[in-house]
Amino acid sequence: MSKQYETVIGLEIHVELATKTKIFCSCSTEFGGKPNTHTCPVCTGMPGSLPVLNKQVVEYAIAVGLATNCEITQYCKFDRKNYFYPDNPQNYQISQLYLPICRNGGIEIDTPSGKKTIGIREIHMEEDAGKLIHDEWEECSLVDFNRSGVPLIEIVSKPDMRSAEEVIAYVDKLRLIIQYLGASDCKLQEGSMRVDVNLSVRELGSKEFGTRTEMKNLNSYKAIARAIEAEKNRQIELLEEGKEVIQETRRWDDNKETSYSMRSKEDAHDYRYFPEPDLVPIVISDEWIENIRKRQPELREEKLKRYKEQFNIPDYDAKILTSSKKIADIFEATTAICNKPKKVSNWLMGETMRLMKEEGIEAEELSFSPENLAKLIELVEEGAINNSVAKEVFEIIFKEDIDPKKYVEEKGLKIVKDEGLLIKTIKEVIEENPKSVEDYRGGKKKAIGFLVGQTMKKMKGKADPSMINKILKELL
Amino acid sequence: MSQVISDELMEYIANLAKLELSEKEKEQAKKDMERMLSYIDKLNELDTEGIEPLSHIFSVNNVFREDVVTNGDDSENILSNAPERKDEAFKVPKTVE
Ligand SMILES: [Zn+2]
Repeated sequence: MSKQYETVIGLEIHVELATKTKIFCSCSTEFGGKPNTHTCPVCTGMPGSLPVLNKQVVEYAIAVGLATNCEITQYCKFDRKNYFYPDNPQNYQISQLYLPICRNGGIEIDTPSGKKTIGIREIHMEEDAGKLIHDEWEECSLVDFNRSGVPLIEIVSKPDMRSAEEVIAYVDKLRLIIQYLGASDCKLQEGSMRVDVNLSVRELGSKEFGTRTEMKNLNSYKAIARAIEAEKNRQIELLEEGKEVIQETRRWDDNKETSYSMRSKEDAHDYRYFPEPDLVPIVISDEWIENIRKRQPELREEKLKRYKEQFNIPDYDAKILTSSKKIADIFEATTAICNKPKKVSNWLMGETMRLMKEEGIEAEELSFSPENLAKLIELVEEGAINNSVAKEVFEIIFKEDIDPKKYVEEKGLKIVKDEGLLIKTIKEVIEENPKSVEDYRGGKKKAIGFLVGQTMKKMKGKADPSMINKILKELL
Repeated sequence: MSQVISDELMEYIANLAKLELSEKEKEQAKKDMERMLSYIDKLNELDTEGIEPLSHIFSVNNVFREDVVTNGDDSENILSNAPERKDEAFKVPKTVE
């Protein structure tokens, strides 16, 4: 490659809002119901039905706008975006083109070369489409409208990003803001947050933008990073060969690590927007905005600071604990019960993270209760169980959220406090392992570890290792 | 100034609307649209300087619903509207992305 290129990236991010009902009807937004059980004439586009706006959608959109430093459009409207697709029963999507609810914002990200602001052009409200399932047995597709009408906000950035690292820093920051606001759970895997990447390349130093493509179907940070790398290289290669980049929508296939053109979307770009006649304008007063601003929950930066000050948690640990709202929630709820922030932090940063990695689950999917973690911490503190038993019990709490007190009782895992029994067992161990005893007495102090282990084994793990250590030293 | 709808434009608009028109229908549609455009031209003669565009004729705003689920499972009724149905879903011709 003789020339130097620069990658220019802007993102369009769709976020499903955490409302109980859909944007224009009182159907449930619950995920995973039987097909078409959360539908009504409005969200299936029946003639004569009329949409009525869910107030909570407007409130969430304003809250996200405020947290991302946007101006709120105090007189805003919906528009119709017209296109035909089987997942869109009205043959139009109710969206916002002319007066989106938020405009001209931006958030700061950390990059290796310092802080950088990524601009947000606009945030608009719209409805989600239904879901198409491709039938395996017949030449047909099946439509489930449960998702049709689920509220979305689309956050459109300015083309301010220059690398995959910047993109991920921006997405992660945005995701945390929205999660902390409670406006969405933002799960990339399940599609409650969908990131579309608009990317073009240009010669370094050029002021003109190159032709951009839009990449869809990016379900993880890894996929986003890989897709950006691949698309950048594909475009540079075309330019180097003297060919042109075609403006198109492409779909990323993460298994094949390649993308392909979605031709079906090609001539659908003339959406013939017009003002939505079935919905009246929204007027947002200063009072309403202030009210939402006042109710804004503690965001990540504030939480980070508070954890360090109030709980004396080191910076690194506090960053990890606040890296997901779910983890921060568990941390706070557990600490409120047992009042041992350092211990709670250790369990979350150690065993919880380890098991999450092992099971391949995201923080949002954690299902154990703070009550049970607090009980486990208390059991260890009381000296009722030792650390290795605690780890075993935690695995079961992690998976099945059992009550550790009951479990330890039922399985007889409590430390045996009977000193007589312990001394008797240790004497047996000493007798059975003359070699180690000799080593220890001869100065090999490490040999005691083996003897402790043997005693622990005989006690089936139900002993306090420091107590074994003490008695052993006395007896030797 | 009256506009003329070209054959290409007619074809394009029909395609966007997913309509298959016969030659006769196309000619008729062209005439209708030309009439509509000349009516718009007539409206454009008015001086609308400084007047905000109006999308609703009622001076009503902020009509909201509270976020409470009141609709239950009405899938049998909803699915009875399906031109074709398979199990619990609407059945449509195969679509590939
Ligand atoms: Zn509905």
